[in-house]
Amino acid sequence: MFEIVKKKSLNPTVTQMEITAPRVARKAEPGQFVILRTDEQGERVPLTIADFDRERGTVTVIFQVVGSTTEKLNHLKEGDCLQDLVGPLGKATHTDGLKKVAVVGGGVGCAIAFPVAKKLHSLGCEVHAIVGFRNRDLVILEQEFAQNSAKLVRMSDDGSWGEQGLVTDALKALIESGETYDQVITIGPLVMMKFVCQLATQYGLKCIASMNPVMIDGTGMCGGCRLSVGGKTVFACVDGPEFDGALIDFDEAIARSAMYRGFERHRHDETCNLFAKEVE
Amino acid sequence: MANMNPKRNEMPVQAPEVRNRNFEEVALGYTAEQAMDEATRCLGCKQMPCVAGCPVKIHIPAFIAKVAEGDFEGAYQIIAEASSLPAVCGRVCPQENQCEGKCVRGIKGESVAIGRLERFVADWHNANAHAADRKRPAPNGHKVAVIGSGPSGLTCAGDLAKKGYDVTIFEALHLAGGVLVYGIPEFRLPKAIVQKEIAGLQALGVRIETNTVVGKTVSVDELMAEEGFEAVFIGSGAGLPKFMGIPGENLKGVYSANEFLTRINLMKAYLPDSDTPIQHAKRVAVVGGGNVAMDAARCAKRLGAEVYIVYRRGMEELPARREEVEHAMEEGIIFKTLTNPTEILGYQNPEDKRDPMNGFVAGMRCVEMELGEPDASGRRRPVEKADSSFLLDVDCVIMALGTSPNPLIKSTTEGLETTKWGGIIADENGQTSRRSVYAGGDAVTGAATVILAMGAGKTAAAAIDKELMGN
Repeated sequence: MFEIVKKKSLNPTVTQMEITAPRVARKAEPGQFVILRTDEQGERVPLTIADFDRERGTVTVIFQVVGSTTEKLNHLKEGDCLQDLVGPLGKATHTDGLKKVAVVGGGVGCAIAFPVAKKLHSLGCEVHAIVGFRNRDLVILEQEFAQNSAKLVRMSDDGSWGEQGLVTDALKALIESGETYDQVITIGPLVMMKFVCQLATQYGLKCIASMNPVMIDGTGMCGGCRLSVGGKTVFACVDGPEFDGALIDFDEAIARSAMYRGFERHRHDETCNLFAKEVE
Repeated sequence: MANMNPKRNEMPVQAPEVRNRNFEEVALGYTAEQAMDEATRCLGCKQMPCVAGCPVKIHIPAFIAKVAEGDFEGAYQIIAEASSLPAVCGRVCPQENQCEGKCVRGIKGESVAIGRLERFVADWHNANAHAADRKRPAPNGHKVAVIGSGPSGLTCAGDLAKKGYDVTIFEALHLAGGVLVYGIPEFRLPKAIVQKEIAGLQALGVRIETNTVVGKTVSVDELMAEEGFEAVFIGSGAGLPKFMGIPGENLKGVYSANEFLTRINLMKAYLPDSDTPIQHAKRVAVVGGGNVAMDAARCAKRLGAEVYIVYRRGMEELPARREEVEHAMEEGIIFKTLTNPTEILGYQNPEDKRDPMNGFVAGMRCVEMELGEPDASGRRRPVEKADSSFLLDVDCVIMALGTSPNPLIKSTTEGLETTKWGGIIADENGQTSRRSVYAGGDAVTGAATVILAMGAGKTAAAAIDKELMGN
């Protein structure tokens, strides 16, 4: 069913997979996500669609190995099949009428920022891509961003790639130099998005953030993915995943994202041991 | 002469102090002897008031007569004419308000245990007959799509397949069964039974496409225009959880009952080899008084917690089935009725901003209530008692306040009319505002029961057959 037709390692912890899912590929749009399971005992994990090919009937996901499920996923090979894959879920990124946009991506979030940049670029929008990584070893999709943006700003925490600094430093510098944007779109770690949204709001720019909370069904049933946006409770799976960054309660989202951290660490260690035994 | 014992045969159950630590089925079912003895209590009334109380009109006295004779397969065949899911209904129907509620024997004693007999017959059949034995009906060449594999969808699909329709069920989750698999816990309805009933439908030729969210993966219009389905039945249920809107509801450790139950029932988070996590709380408050609240409370108990049901009205007003309330009480669930939450409090370590316990539930503030004048629903309205605020010491809160229909299909199907609260508008035959599109179950009525959903699926199947075949 959901065959992995192509697998590529983008950096030591980030993997790209192209998966056969014709019904999903037919409908997918940038900004939407899928939920997949690796095996019968597997949990349902949401992953944003990084790319899709309607003719080949495939969708591409990019994931970082952070827990036991992504560890298991990373152990699958080309030709293997996923147990389940459902989508496309959530609302697509609004791209209508945007003439000039700053796309701010951080870490593996760049995998999600990329299809948004690509679509905007293809629509004739002037895209300024600001992408940040901890260091040069973790860089992904550099070529792709370069080809799909009018301007690409590279940032790294340690200065080993592009300029040293945070993506907010780069965004601020661009705005201060006189650039103005119809919208800022940011995708990355919650803390990064929080400060990008704060900065954009300070300058009176509309800022959209793509949220990726814990969820189960992805259709509005469990409510596990709820966020406070403008004082109202919303569900990221059906109301989002993109929201007005000025209104998102990021501190609450950051707290909620740590709900199962203890379990995940334990499970991840168990899974690693399991794979280690297989190797022995 | 009928057996005039005023008492029904008790059904063996797991002892409460044993079962509240495992997820195995609570009720163990009749033996053949018990079933035959119970069956002889039926008077075989000519007017059959019990049948009038059954939403799918099972010929109850006839199947009970077969049980009394010891012809269990014969009894099954009579039930199967009307019901697609007898092993399920025998377990989860509110029989006391339906067939058993109308039973003549109930006037001067206990009614015939119709539900227990139905369960016995279905289990006997499942243990002694095989799905493959069922004959596949001759195809009639018509294609029907069913959205959702819960009770209404399965019933509609089963009835149409028996008539030779080419039926495909589209299910959003990775496993078919709807609320029967994600909502109702294993100890009330073993999932193996649900899978067996579904395998029975597949043996009739019903196809099931899991992982397909109609409204996202494919639309109703595409199913009809591009995939050749001549009619569509929407049985997408009422899956959207409600919250109270009180402070603290987004703290870590606050669940909707849907999420809590789905983690346990569908994702098997209570088993050690499941990758899906669940909080193993010490003290849990379940807010609400319906069957879902009882299910959530009993699951939390089985995960090792001390569990409170927090309900704003009194014991008499609990909307849950009496049997579920009794089971919960036997298992040690503490009922805090006439109590209403006002705020959920979170833990915050003033010394350590990185304490992993920060932001987890650390208690729930409640007020005591008393019952005032009856409201529009006829139930006495709970009113807050002055100065009655108190703190309930809990580390997990589960909101079981009811659910509403999912807007995904409505918002992607032009011309499909819904009520203000999101229920799909359908007439008594399940016909919606769109030609050849039918709907039934909780998607139409809002959260109700398995058997009412099955009744709606059955009615819609008959209406679809009438439209497509002119019958």
